[in-house]
Amino acid sequence: MNVGTGPRRAQQPPLPEPTAWHEVSLTVNGEPVAAQVESRLLLSDLLRQRLGLTGTHVGCEHGVCGACTVLMDGVPVRSCLTLAVQAAGADVRTVEGLAGDGEPLGPVQRAFHEQHGMQCGFCTPGFVMTCTALTGRAERPDEETVADELSGHLCRCTGYQNIRAAVRQALDESFGPQEAE
Amino acid sequence: MNTSQTGTRQTGTRQTGTRQTGTRQTGAPRTGASDTGAASGGRAADGPWIGRALPRVEDERLLRGHGRYVDDIRLPGTLEAAFLRSPHAHARITRIETDAARAMPGVRAVWTAADIAGLAPVVNEAELRVPEPLRRELDPLVRSLPHPLLADGRVRFSGQPVAMVVAESRYLAEDALEAIEVDYTPLPVVVDPDEALLPGAPLIEESWGDNLALEAATSVGDPDAAFAGAAVVIEEEFRAHRHVASPIETRAVQAAPGAYDGRLTVWSNTQTPHRLRDHLAQTLGTAAEAVHVVAVDVGGGFGQKGIIYVEEVLVPYAARQLGVPVLWREDRNENLTAASHAREQVHRIALAADADGTLRGLRDDFVVNFGAGTFTGLVVPYNSVVHLLGPYRVPNVDIRVRAALTHTAPTSPYRGAGRPEAVFAMERALDRLARELGMEPVALRARNLITPGELPYRTGLLDRSGNPQEYDSGDFPQLLRRAEEMADLPAVRERQAALAAAGSDHRIGVGFAVYLEATGLGPFESARASVLSDGRVRIALGTPSQGQGHRTSMAQIAADAIGVPFSAVEVVGGDTDTVPYGVGTIASRALVTAGNATHLAGRRLRERILAAASARLGVPATELTLDGDAVEHHPTGVRAGLAQLVAEGHELSETAHFHPPGFTFAGGAGVVVVDVDTATGEVTLDTCAMAHDAGRIVNPVIAHGQIAGGVAQGIAGALYEEMRYGPDGQPVTTTYMDYLVPTSAEVPDLELAEITTPSTLNALGVKGLGEGGAIAPQAAIANAVEDALAPFGVVVRRGPLTPDRVRGLLREATGTTAPATV
Repeated sequence: MNVGTGPRRAQQPPLPEPTAWHEVSLTVNGEPVAAQVESRLLLSDLLRQRLGLTGTHVGCEHGVCGACTVLMDGVPVRSCLTLAVQAAGADVRTVEGLAGDGEPLGPVQRAFHEQHGMQCGFCTPGFVMTCTALTGRAERPDEETVADELSGHLCRCTGYQNIRAAVRQALDESFGPQEAE
Repeated sequence: MNTSQTGTRQTGTRQTGTRQTGTRQTGAPRTGASDTGAASGGRAADGPWIGRALPRVEDERLLRGHGRYVDDIRLPGTLEAAFLRSPHAHARITRIETDAARAMPGVRAVWTAADIAGLAPVVNEAELRVPEPLRRELDPLVRSLPHPLLADGRVRFSGQPVAMVVAESRYLAEDALEAIEVDYTPLPVVVDPDEALLPGAPLIEESWGDNLALEAATSVGDPDAAFAGAAVVIEEEFRAHRHVASPIETRAVQAAPGAYDGRLTVWSNTQTPHRLRDHLAQTLGTAAEAVHVVAVDVGGGFGQKGIIYVEEVLVPYAARQLGVPVLWREDRNENLTAASHAREQVHRIALAADADGTLRGLRDDFVVNFGAGTFTGLVVPYNSVVHLLGPYRVPNVDIRVRAALTHTAPTSPYRGAGRPEAVFAMERALDRLARELGMEPVALRARNLITPGELPYRTGLLDRSGNPQEYDSGDFPQLLRRAEEMADLPAVRERQAALAAAGSDHRIGVGFAVYLEATGLGPFESARASVLSDGRVRIALGTPSQGQGHRTSMAQIAADAIGVPFSAVEVVGGDTDTVPYGVGTIASRALVTAGNATHLAGRRLRERILAAASARLGVPATELTLDGDAVEHHPTGVRAGLAQLVAEGHELSETAHFHPPGFTFAGGAGVVVVDVDTATGEVTLDTCAMAHDAGRIVNPVIAHGQIAGGVAQGIAGALYEEMRYGPDGQPVTTTYMDYLVPTSAEVPDLELAEITTPSTLNALGVKGLGEGGAIAPQAAIANAVEDALAPFGVVVRRGPLTPDRVRGLLREATGTTAPATV
């Protein structure tokens, strides 16, 4: 990780890029980051290619599948539809930020593992980040809200049943078991 | 961690079933030895690991974001490729101008067909081979249309690669695509497979003179007499529509030439790394050892990544030419239009039966839309042939299949690979027959099911390998009974009548579909089991995982076979340097073939370890036990560590091949209860249940996840997904806003019941289950919708049953002109 003082520098792109360049500063998983980015660089590519945070996956590049979801100032966003320059000054959180090296899995990650809410693992980081935002709310979101949030993600492997179970487990852990209706 | 995590509904159902039927269940933490159907040579001895619902060892790295998919590998200096693709379905290329593109910033190279004239086109040779007995007995027509790496003079489908650009980034490469000028002269187009076979249809390959890519016919008994003498004959046309497998990770390949030896390392998300290695070596003119293919983490395959594509050859070629790593990752639009499609078939099927519903004969004449290529030859068409009869006794059979080339994306196997299509035709036909006879559809099925006492059962057909098709094991009546119980049929019929009597807008219907699945395709798979220098055990396999959890389930098999703890075993799948030969993870075969190879290699390694320890300690092997990472002489307590034995020069490594003697049959019965809103056409699944049999289950959590995922893909095809083309050959559903992969909101919980009839064809007693879940839902849902709308006279002949299509069926049946809801 970062050695010395000052923000971590993103890998300098040696590209003969025809668009304008911008100096952006942001926070990624709690760490200050400075990067020179071209206007059209996507946030997903900044994270994956310049910062080496490849846990954020790109599945459709048009904002439907949700695999690229990261938290920007606590809110789930599609990093494939967000320009890197839009993240200037923002606090960005990716799946790598949920549990540090040597730390046990976080509660949402653990729920997906324990409920077998994942198979190939490609869509998983997106689901996990959206679920992390749900568990971070002030109050337990109602069933309709949860269903609505999950419908922003595609999974081709699981049939969703175990993903729903994982999200329930994570919410139960954050807010206590759901009261019977 | 316990089995209840697979879902309380599943567990509950299994337990109920255990009490009712007494069938041994696999949900228990440990699986006991089977009491039925032992293979000759004996069932694999019980160990502590097989049958346990162990949590997956794969998960932790993936959950931390430490997975390594192809696009995650960024070697220093990696260039990126992009492809210019044809905007026309059929056109002559009269000019390509690439100079402007070559001069664009960051562009390193541009290739067109003229630049790679010496490179052989792609032929998926392993898939196009016709097994000798099939050739002898059926003499099928199987034509091969080599797939040019880049379109040479003519484009045959919209999306076909015309030029490849390699640049310093994907952004810059895509910029350069815009600067390539191509002049096209559009030519006539055919997209419908029936029309493609008519005289005078536009040709995909002019030298052929027609578009007939494949034809095969087979018969059993005396079908003419059966139909002539039958009390009832029904005849229908059913169509399986076009699908895209649509893994969430699109295709990707990266190739890097070695700095010193020039050896090519290729990271691909292929399902068949050894086939890709051999193909690349052949095309690039190198030895197979000079190519190293690694399937790293793969984000779903479902068959789409099971064939060799032109991009998978061109990217390694570019890396070799330029001497630097080159990466290509497909975008979603490319995946939907230029990766393989699947499923499109038109069946003209007829059933002949006695008045009591006993089946006398089946006729089916069906056409497969191959698109603009012959990717996999007989695989899908003949797989449909051998899965048409399913679990039913049909004494007289007449089947013909033809495949047509069209100006659409080439097709290849997709989860089920011809089975869902055949089951759709057969199970729909059975429901039409039941209605004709005035029988409850489930009763008609029960009357014709092959009983356990008739097994092993020969259908009279030849299987995919050309051997007499034989069902090895199963209990099909029990599968159907279990499905019927889960649907609570009497209650459904009562509620259905009440809704009809009340003239409700909402109608409910019930639909069944029963299927068999030939699993464990040969010819072989190999496994290498080795003690590493630290005393741990590594299993290397030719079968990569695309999410099936091989690192967990194969380790369970190995731990039992060797007698070491599960945690001491690591599994590597799909790295051609770790095991020299392999086929791949396709056709519901990995658990059967690689699983049994693992078992064999593990047993032999155990013997080798004990022999080495016996020599080392100077005691008889019979007095030794394997205990963790050491061998112990139990009379004296003296131990020899595995790491120590390796360090002293004992070769503790074994490679085993497993050759399946035949296909082992998994099966299932699906049932759904649907609610159809006749005002809007919306179909809702009230009940979605499946009884399945996949033999001995190695890991219930993983197995049930596979079934549930397959069912979800079946539901997707039944209600939402269709890859559509306009009459001009333009793909219409080219984004995820148009090609409707269902979300969590559309896929209900699955009720799962499981019976276990161990395979008689392998020592582990396992059967394949990767594809099974996807086979029944389309037929079951179509049957249920037709059942719900029977009072209106609706007949369902194809999917997906979108609101618009359901409203259209109602309008057609009732002769009303109400506008469609959109």
